[in-house]
Amino acid sequence: MRYSGFKVIKEALTGHKGWTPAWRDPAPQSHYDIVIIGGGGHGLATAYYLAKQYRQKRVAVLEKGWIGGGNVGRNTTIIRSNYLLDGNEPFYEFSLKLWEGLEQDFNYNAMISQRGILNLIHSDAQRDAFIRRGNAMILNGADAEMLTTEQIKARYPFLNTDDARFPIKGGLAQHRGGTVRHDAVAWGYARGADGHGVDIIQNCEVTGFRIENGKCLGVETTKGFIGAGKVGCAVAGSSSRLMSKADMRLPMESHVLQAFVSEGLKPVLPGVITFGAGHFYCSQSDKGGLVFGGDLDGYNSYAQRGNLPVVEDVCEGGMAIFPAFGRARLLRMWGGIMDMSMDGSPIIDRTHIDGLYFNGGWCYGGFKATPASGFCFAHLLATDTPHPTATAYRFDRFEKGLMIDEKGMGNQPNLH
Amino acid sequence: MIIDHPLLGPRDSAEFTYMGDARLIDRPDPDAETAAQDFYEYGYLRGNPAGWHDELWFHEAGDRSWLVVTRNTLTHEISKVQLARDVARSRGRSK
Amino acid sequence: MTQVNRIGRGQVDFTKTLKFSFDGKSYTGHPGDTLASALLANGVRLMGRSFKYHRPRGPLSAGSEEPNALVELRGGARQEPNTRATTVELFDGLLAKSQNRLGSLKFDLLSINDRFSNFLTAGFYYKTFMWPAAFWEKFYEPIIRNAAGLGSLSLKDDPDVYDKGFLHCDLLIIGAGPAGLSAALTAGRAGADVILADEDFRMGGRLNSETFAIGDASGADWAAAAVAELASLPNVRLMPRTTVIGAFDHGIYGAVERVSDHIHTPDAGKPRQVLWRIYTKQTVLAAGAIERPIAFENNDRPGIMLASALRTYANRFAVAADRRVAIFTNNDDGHRTASDLHARGVKVVAVIDTRAEAPRSMDYEVLHGQVIDTKGRLGLTFAEVKLADGSMRTLDCGALGLSGGWNPNVHLTCHQRGRPTWNPDLAAFVPGTDLPPGMTVAGAAQGDLSTAGALAGGAKAARAVLGLKGRMPVLPEAEDAPVNITPFWYVEGCSRAWLDQQNDVTVKDVKLSHQEGFRSVEHLKRYTTLGMATDQGKTSNMGGLAIMAELAGKAIPEVGTTIFRPPYTPTAIGVLAGRHRGQEFHPKRLTPSHKWAEEQGAVFVEVGNWLRAQWFPKPGETHWRESVDREVLATRKSVGVCDVTTLGKVDVQGTDAAAFLNKIYCNGFAKLAVGKTRYGLMLREDGIAMDDGTAARLAEDHFVVTTTTANALPVYRHMEFVRQCLCPDMDVQLISTTEAWAQYAVAGPNSRKLLEKIVDQDISNEAFPFMACANITICGGLRARLFRISFSGELAYEIAVPMAYGDALMRKIMEVGAEFDVTPYGTEALGVMRIEKGHAAGNELNGTTTAQNLGMGRMISSLKDCIGKTLSQREGLNADGDLRQVGIRPVDPNDPVPAGAHLMNADGPIDAAHDQGYATSACYSPNLGHAIAIGFLKNGSDRMGERMRLVSPLTKVQVDVEITSAHFIDPEGERLRA
Repeated sequence: MRYSGFKVIKEALTGHKGWTPAWRDPAPQSHYDIVIIGGGGHGLATAYYLAKQYRQKRVAVLEKGWIGGGNVGRNTTIIRSNYLLDGNEPFYEFSLKLWEGLEQDFNYNAMISQRGILNLIHSDAQRDAFIRRGNAMILNGADAEMLTTEQIKARYPFLNTDDARFPIKGGLAQHRGGTVRHDAVAWGYARGADGHGVDIIQNCEVTGFRIENGKCLGVETTKGFIGAGKVGCAVAGSSSRLMSKADMRLPMESHVLQAFVSEGLKPVLPGVITFGAGHFYCSQSDKGGLVFGGDLDGYNSYAQRGNLPVVEDVCEGGMAIFPAFGRARLLRMWGGIMDMSMDGSPIIDRTHIDGLYFNGGWCYGGFKATPASGFCFAHLLATDTPHPTATAYRFDRFEKGLMIDEKGMGNQPNLH
Repeated sequence: MIIDHPLLGPRDSAEFTYMGDARLIDRPDPDAETAAQDFYEYGYLRGNPAGWHDELWFHEAGDRSWLVVTRNTLTHEISKVQLARDVARSRGRSK
Repeated sequence: MTQVNRIGRGQVDFTKTLKFSFDGKSYTGHPGDTLASALLANGVRLMGRSFKYHRPRGPLSAGSEEPNALVELRGGARQEPNTRATTVELFDGLLAKSQNRLGSLKFDLLSINDRFSNFLTAGFYYKTFMWPAAFWEKFYEPIIRNAAGLGSLSLKDDPDVYDKGFLHCDLLIIGAGPAGLSAALTAGRAGADVILADEDFRMGGRLNSETFAIGDASGADWAAAAVAELASLPNVRLMPRTTVIGAFDHGIYGAVERVSDHIHTPDAGKPRQVLWRIYTKQTVLAAGAIERPIAFENNDRPGIMLASALRTYANRFAVAADRRVAIFTNNDDGHRTASDLHARGVKVVAVIDTRAEAPRSMDYEVLHGQVIDTKGRLGLTFAEVKLADGSMRTLDCGALGLSGGWNPNVHLTCHQRGRPTWNPDLAAFVPGTDLPPGMTVAGAAQGDLSTAGALAGGAKAARAVLGLKGRMPVLPEAEDAPVNITPFWYVEGCSRAWLDQQNDVTVKDVKLSHQEGFRSVEHLKRYTTLGMATDQGKTSNMGGLAIMAELAGKAIPEVGTTIFRPPYTPTAIGVLAGRHRGQEFHPKRLTPSHKWAEEQGAVFVEVGNWLRAQWFPKPGETHWRESVDREVLATRKSVGVCDVTTLGKVDVQGTDAAAFLNKIYCNGFAKLAVGKTRYGLMLREDGIAMDDGTAARLAEDHFVVTTTTANALPVYRHMEFVRQCLCPDMDVQLISTTEAWAQYAVAGPNSRKLLEKIVDQDISNEAFPFMACANITICGGLRARLFRISFSGELAYEIAVPMAYGDALMRKIMEVGAEFDVTPYGTEALGVMRIEKGHAAGNELNGTTTAQNLGMGRMISSLKDCIGKTLSQREGLNADGDLRQVGIRPVDPNDPVPAGAHLMNADGPIDAAHDQGYATSACYSPNLGHAIAIGFLKNGSDRMGERMRLVSPLTKVQVDVEITSAHFIDPEGERLRA
């Protein structure tokens, strides 16, 4: 079924009887060419591109719970490609370009809204670093603009520019950045993948891999064994748990990141804004909620919830730049499991086990990467070669000293 | 969270800075033939368990002890807190 | 208008009258009223509009679960959007406006959405607005954004103050209804340290809303007496107006006390609200229960509310929502409302009970049937009833109470991922077994819905958690009716029957969600927005998931609930930030000569939390460059002084001190002579440069290590890690002395002459050569430390004195240096001089550079192990063509060489694929008369003299440059040895 305004009107006039499930609910087959573990954004996007772009016919996505229930269902919805390093920027720019045509491509309105992202600058050293970054973006074909404090104030007149402990000294803007209705990304990819024949199997937990003679033959699940020519893992914060079933230790830790939403408010923030002297970033959803976040809690956690000190730290950052937000109310806080890698950058690579492929280590940047991550993982699974924009995301980069460390924090995941 | 410091009693975790897996105590022998591989594994690979985890916390706003805290990463329950120095010695570290 | 709907007496103080205004119209009420009760008293039922269809909305509840009666409270900078009228304590002069409307509340132009509701069903927006692609941001989205949202922020700075505090107790009791009061009396009388917190301004919970007797007193009087007794106990802290927002790890609870929200403006010096972090050993959750409505066609008109809310308005606030009331119920509790209202003289036109076996009454008619529709444009006028025998009745009523059963308030039991369990007798979820550690649940929150059950449950819970022995005290007699309920969620065949009244989610939307495959409870929520409103589904979620369960052919517990997340009710961002805003966002660290620098008119710059003098403008200097150039030239010509107190300092002592430094620095320290200082480069274990500084050996077993300002803390932490975790048997002690010593760089050809005037010892070049260090005395006996080290490249010293003498030393240096025209210089001049010398600093030590990149690869000693050595040898960090630190100068001396610009070959394309490196730090060199920069260049050390292009497309700069040594000034280092 194709969605359109016309279809909506037709259904409204005929009692909405024609809407069918957005995706089927099939029983698993005994064997697939490719099985993707993880029905989150990345897994569903991988399946979608495998089926659509790489013409793979027998593909399944296995999801432990309900699709879109991991980080794609609880994030701060930001898309951008304002990266510095050669290993990253082309990939994220590729992702942003995919976002730009995604809704028409998968026929689902994910409310991709390029209202811009602005990183505030508070020191000369920060300005130097952001100029280097903005130049790297432009040299890689992305957009970037340096804004003066006056330009920023014109856009955000209620920013604290009078009494700031760390005065705003400018900002790096990427106007093509923005936000997306996050759940719709999972649903759009799921519906698109399903439409191309992918089996999406919910409530199907992978309990182990069947590995013989160094080759992965399939997965054991709560719905029985499912054979597979290739198995791709895209389970984000659960990566270490899953891969330990294949006796792998990964270069990553799982950490809790909290995020927050306020009550609905009439429009105040046009785009995304990040504070450069504290832990705070914020945007406003189409529904009116201020969506904001900050730093990791800092300790390893699979609990999907955090603690008060970080809640306070984030709100302090918010009040530092937006003293008018004091009278807005925080409605809900939540925590997700971040697959924090050792250099802050992801892995899309084969494992040492034949037929077993891995996608993870997205830290808290996974959402914006969803389309490119899916595309590049699909490329790898279908062709056994890395996609040109994802060649740096190798497992062996740590062994070889080829880290992709945007923040320069080294091998301590909670600092990335 | 509250960390029951072996010397100072219960302290708010906000007084501490977290580093990670307590296996970081087990720095490999730089003179071993396998040193390159050993240091790669030491520096980069983590068990990252969902469950009990021995981990290093530094009492930065306190007595500047490094502690090994045994904490459950699923529930945040803490079952044991030791001075990292004692743990290091018990694992054979010296000078 | 007068208060037409007042009935009898309640817990409002009729002796005093308060004036307030709503939408510009003046009304009166009394102390003890809420805004909602006072408006209802004045005959105002219409208080808001719904989110999507802009349907008229009146209060559904009388408490914090309210989804409908949201107003903008107060005006000006204190405007609070989305404020629940049902929780706002009335005060004199209160000002409120309705929100989310275009036009007036009565004639909201956006109510046209309701006409098109058939097109605006759940998730319709995911299916359209996709073409043409560019229209989303430009056309569709702006319309949606402007229509969406609820209330408005003033966008003026919040003028109020918020505080934070810590509290500790043996027992935290959440909720001061019968269970909470009973628990508090039990624990308080036993001497335990108790905190009793309740979100309401009047403690007592449902006792204030009921007509039950406890013993021989009314419930409300019993509650008042209990509160009075608790107030007399020194070990009990009563916290009304305090909402416990979250249950966090290890017995830490967040609570917000609304100190000043019940008055016009906070008293001078008083905060608006306080965030309390309550550390408790045990917790009794006695948060009560919330009644739920029943879904039927057009069940959302103002005047239709929870039956228990009607009871609260009548009994507590002496207000009838209307003079003619009907009740629609599936359980016995609905009948209580009817009899209470009847007793107060309100006409109960009928009680409609879905059950055949309903209680009968002499006072009003009880109908076996269902309400199937209602009428009334801005408020209820008629209810259509279909009786069990199929006949229809139209009831003339202005209020309709809905009683669909009670949901225990399990919210806080689930904050640590606990899951509630289903209790079929109550037809409700009750707390599960996986509660936060230390939490016990009592009273209605536990599913004990009778007053007697609550009193007993509270007492038992307190006794259990405190381990009290002895006999259970005799509790007063109280109502102990069983719960008689036959679950009934929605009227068969209804469509526009509201579940979530704020977000306009109807039964039809849930059916569509099911039809389209969004069947998991999380998909249901996200697809329809059910439960995502400001009440987080407190009155709506159960109905939605019961319907989904029915459609899916599952039992309700199989469908499960969404996750309960903090905060319990929406919480002002201001109170979570507390005092940390404006200049108080982060503490300021000041050096001891800060005051002196202020006196000189210094311009300060934030460096981490430090404030450092950036430059010292002199009269007549109009541009910062004038000041900085002067400071640089004067220093290089004669002598300058700079406050470098902020550098990290670590005292390292013990017989293994040298061995320890050998471990943490890549270069060797074992052989450093006493009285000498050495530059040291520290690596992280991953082989990347971490920090640099100096280590001065003051004695065989005593070093003083300096770090960069930014890394003072991480480096000290790292050193302690190495000491305690890696080398536990080394005899070495560390202490951070950053704030123990004030330190000044005295630099320039006349620096020795200046210092000779205050130093008590011989510091001639022979006695105190380059890189010497010593404990000395100055000014005739003050202990000090002197280091002959140079960041500027000049003959230079750093002199340190105990912190208390910093200010005096600075003034002394200026005094004795007058004859040399000593010039204070700030961080800018410091930066210029270090760039002129090619010294790496923060921009170069950016966490990705190696010793090799910095041109210091040879410093890594081959003779010893050090942190980072093994991993620094990885191939990727030692590749051909690696970046090397270089100097960059413009070919045309008038050109800038901006930091952050990228280096490109003299010819060829300008793009990422041809990137050769980048400039890290740049400045204008007054000594050379042109701009200079240092940076990293591929293969840089082999490219000296090469012409390149330095490009910054971001700032639209492109200049031709020449690659040089980074040592622009005195490359042989003759000056510093002079």
